[in-house]
Amino acid sequence: MDQFPYFLQQLINGLTLGSVYGLIAIGYTMVYGIIGMVNFAHGDIYMIGAFQAMIMLLVCGALGITWVPAILMLMLIVSVVLTAAYGWTVERIAYRPLRGSNRLAPLISAIGMSILLENYVQLVQGPRPKPIEPVIRGGFQLMGGGSDNSFVVQLGYMQIVIVVITIVLMGGFAMAIGSTSLGRQQRACEQDMKMASLLGVNVDRTISLTFVMGAALAAVAGMMVTLYYGNNDFFMGFVAGIKAFTAAVLGGIGSLPGAMLGGVLIGLIEAFWSAYFSAEYKDVAAFAILVLVLIFRPTGLLGRPEVEKV
Amino acid sequence: MTDAVMPAGTAARKPSIYVEALKETVVTLVLVFLLSIYMVGVQTQANQGQALSFVTQFRDVFWACLLVPAGRFLIALDRQGMPRPALFGGAVAFIYLFGVGALGLAGSLAYDTLPHPFEEPMVNIIFALGGIYIFGVAYNGLRTRRHGTLTIDEREAREGRRANWARRMSGILGPFLVGAAFVLPVIIWVSPWNGATRQVVETLTLILTYVMLGWGLNIVVGLAGLLDLGYVAFYAVGAYTYAKLATELGFNFWECLPLAGCIAASFGILLGFPVLRLRGDYLAIVTLGFGEMIRIVLINWQVFTGGPNGIGSIPKIDFFGLPFERNAPEGHTTFAKFFNIDFSTIHRVMFLYYVILILALVTNFVTIRLRRLPIGRAWEALREDETACRALGINPTNTKLTAFAMGAMFAGFAGSFFASRQGFVSPESFVFIESAQILAIVVLGGMGSQVGVALAAILLVGMPEVMRELSLYRMLFYGMCMVLIMLLRPRGLLAHREPTIQLRKRGYSA
Repeated sequence: MDQFPYFLQQLINGLTLGSVYGLIAIGYTMVYGIIGMVNFAHGDIYMIGAFQAMIMLLVCGALGITWVPAILMLMLIVSVVLTAAYGWTVERIAYRPLRGSNRLAPLISAIGMSILLENYVQLVQGPRPKPIEPVIRGGFQLMGGGSDNSFVVQLGYMQIVIVVITIVLMGGFAMAIGSTSLGRQQRACEQDMKMASLLGVNVDRTISLTFVMGAALAAVAGMMVTLYYGNNDFFMGFVAGIKAFTAAVLGGIGSLPGAMLGGVLIGLIEAFWSAYFSAEYKDVAAFAILVLVLIFRPTGLLGRPEVEKV
Repeated sequence: MTDAVMPAGTAARKPSIYVEALKETVVTLVLVFLLSIYMVGVQTQANQGQALSFVTQFRDVFWACLLVPAGRFLIALDRQGMPRPALFGGAVAFIYLFGVGALGLAGSLAYDTLPHPFEEPMVNIIFALGGIYIFGVAYNGLRTRRHGTLTIDEREAREGRRANWARRMSGILGPFLVGAAFVLPVIIWVSPWNGATRQVVETLTLILTYVMLGWGLNIVVGLAGLLDLGYVAFYAVGAYTYAKLATELGFNFWECLPLAGCIAASFGILLGFPVLRLRGDYLAIVTLGFGEMIRIVLINWQVFTGGPNGIGSIPKIDFFGLPFERNAPEGHTTFAKFFNIDFSTIHRVMFLYYVILILALVTNFVTIRLRRLPIGRAWEALREDETACRALGINPTNTKLTAFAMGAMFAGFAGSFFASRQGFVSPESFVFIESAQILAIVVLGGMGSQVGVALAAILLVGMPEVMRELSLYRMLFYGMCMVLIMLLRPRGLLAHREPTIQLRKRGYSA
């Protein structure tokens, strides 16, 4: 009876993958919520986060730092700070000058930025995939592996780290949005940008900080993927970005819990579909379920229905 | 910069413009440092069979941290009403960096003796472009007495003023472009440079394919206002339809063309039907999803589509039954023999060019006529206000579906042409970036302006072809240009998105 252990293993893998998608999806959903644009370059910001973390790991090796918690902290901090700088710069250069323009102008600008970032990284870091030695190995054996040769259910330490970091970040984030003055300003801008600015909210600064926060979360996702899969290349942001955007739409774009839920769902769908049906068609499954959900709930799972005023 | 040091008293009373500018400079310095210290300064190297290693390149970081904040300082001074340092500094930086970079690109020995900030010649040229930008901002400031960059409202107002001019231009430019398109290959052929004919005509064919795709997508995005990010899926359907029909059933190009269009249109209806209730960005992500789905199916459905290798040896186009071959197959006469001319491979290239030219013009003609029909009016009305349309009894789903199907059909025609030109099709030709490129052509063209779309296609498709020698930097420039054009002309090259008819003239604020 190997059914249940197999299922459990897929659940663990799906949750890990879903956490990563969820973290990236938050960046999409926040930006969409506040200025109503799809930040196409966000997937590439995540890729840049992964590269920064990878470089920090290499530098740690060169500096002789071997204590794992120190390496992780350094990777986290450096990757978040440097990637946030990218998020800020992209907003400043490509989106802020277009604020108040028609809806498609920032979208095209974002697609251009995405092409620009991918090719920039390809130029400065080379086109080859970068294999990375795992830092955290091993894990718990939850089930099986005994004398009866049954299916082994593995829970890797890295998977625990990913899920725990995601939960902690999500909690902190929900609190930041809910009860700090920045969060209040963000929600105010989301509801009515002009009114918020009349009431003394610095709209430009709030939007910039939204991009910085989104980039920081994407950097964390990038760092975790660097440690978990350990194979970065300049094109990795594209597919992950599309999946994360799908996750944001699935959960209801503009809603933070929705983004997380959508991320986990997409991760689970992918894991189970590859395990039980076919790995080739896992992306098709993710999109097909998105379409189905949107047909029956046009604003996503947790999205509020849009009220249209005439 | 020593001028910035001023007595503390004066600075406290009235913040000097130098202090203001220096503040911005320091922020830029920190930012450039953060951006470049790891990404540029530490270059990872992945060699087969070795662990990942890195080399440091702090020289580039140093120069970037020097040049970018310096430029920022000049721009900040310009914004405070001092354009002359920017004018001068920008010009000097441009001339020197461009000169050095060009010497380096040409492989001149002088490159090593002259001091150059960046090892890679091309990077010097990129920073030289920054110099010309600073110069341009300052020059504009001097001329118009309006310092600093323009806000979005000012830029859009400026474009509103240009709109009339643009409309007049399209009236003249349109026929001119069509005429040029007809005679250009012939002119090149008879000109002294006819050695380059094949290359030029093939590039022009590629551009025209995108013009046609742009016009097709223009129906969906420009007229009906539906954001479609998976347009390339229908292009793929057309191409694969042609490939299957031609290789397995032996259909020729002219039989396949309408069939490919029909099948692509049915795909449009099939995919559009469940999702066209969705609005705006939800529709965008679903169409993007469909685009990816079709590509994944093409890769994985090995028996039908040939998987990643695609379908090869698709029959080439013939001249209404006369093949373009040196030796005619059994029972046929070759094109060359029939017209009693010497065989040349250029005949097919030329014929393909005129075929796509005609197809593109048909697309254009149909679009222009459709705009005057009730359905075209309904599309534009839907774009402007869906709720009002509903109230007036227009069925939004059906109206959107026709736009979707119509756009898909033209993509199917173009796909079919693509397959016959290439001789093979593979999923690699139908990636998302193609959809993005076609959408960019439509948006840069000004959404709804037919001439604008043609100009944007010439720019976006022709530019990478011209810059082929820059190889690695080509796509970098491409992305940069996309951002830049959008920043400079947020309404597209020829802003022209007014409804074809309206009751009363209104301002350019829609």
